[in-house]
Amino acid sequence: MADPLTHVFAALADPTRRDLVARLADGDATVGQLADPYEVSVQAISKHLKVLEQAGLVSRAAPGHRSPVHLEADVLDLMTAWVERYRRRAEARYRRLDAVLAEMKEERR
Amino acid sequence: MTLSTATIEADPTVPMIRLRRDFEATPEQLFRAHTDPQLFAKWVGPDGMTTAVDRWDATTGGCWRYVATRDGMDFGFHGCFHEVRPDRIVQTFTWEGEPDGVALETITFEDLGDGRTRLHAQSLCDSFEGRDAMLRSGMEVGMEQGYAKLDALLRTGDV
Repeated sequence: MADPLTHVFAALADPTRRDLVARLADGDATVGQLADPYEVSVQAISKHLKVLEQAGLVSRAAPGHRSPVHLEADVLDLMTAWVERYRRRAEARYRRLDAVLAEMKEERR
Repeated sequence: MTLSTATIEADPTVPMIRLRRDFEATPEQLFRAHTDPQLFAKWVGPDGMTTAVDRWDATTGGCWRYVATRDGMDFGFHGCFHEVRPDRIVQTFTWEGEPDGVALETITFEDLGDGRTRLHAQSLCDSFEGRDAMLRSGMEVGMEQGYAKLDALLRTGDV
């Protein structure tokens, strides 16, 4: 678990944490505000936030429940960028496949 | 005609990558391009690499191995065809640089009619680390291309 991307993916492997990230995308919120809609304890939400914090996805100005949690959008962008790079490589491969398929059709004629 | 480009989904709950792409070809043609070793070697790439097929038995229970070469560097890949049928290919995939890692790949050809086919390709890795390594693989190529561009800019004095 050395590289940041692995941490980010692992942190987002949980539906509650994905939901927290989605809500923080709308703006900063305190632990109490974040815990409100869930039927779990503030402590459980704190644990999830700790995982997100360790992955670099969220940050807090100060420790404690009063301090608002902030989403680090740059880290999310990093993940998106890596996935996009993989997609572009796949697209390049499929364009070569397009060319091969076009050649196959030519041969049929 | 709108240009169809690949869509991707990296599942956060399982170490999986899903790709989807539409082709102006029949499922039968796509099947051939995936199972005929000469055709397959032409497109598997990446750009700037030559692919030599070493072993190839595209039947259920058969095995495959190919070696991609660039600048005298060899990258070997191998696996087995778990199931080969006209609308679906299931195979294992190992990059020999990471010999303990193995992914399970499922490719399906969805007939859209009018000579068009939607390709679904999913890779299920054996760990999130393995999946992330797969997402990272080939990154060096992009970086080299980036450096080449920078070199060119420096030469022309644009930077």
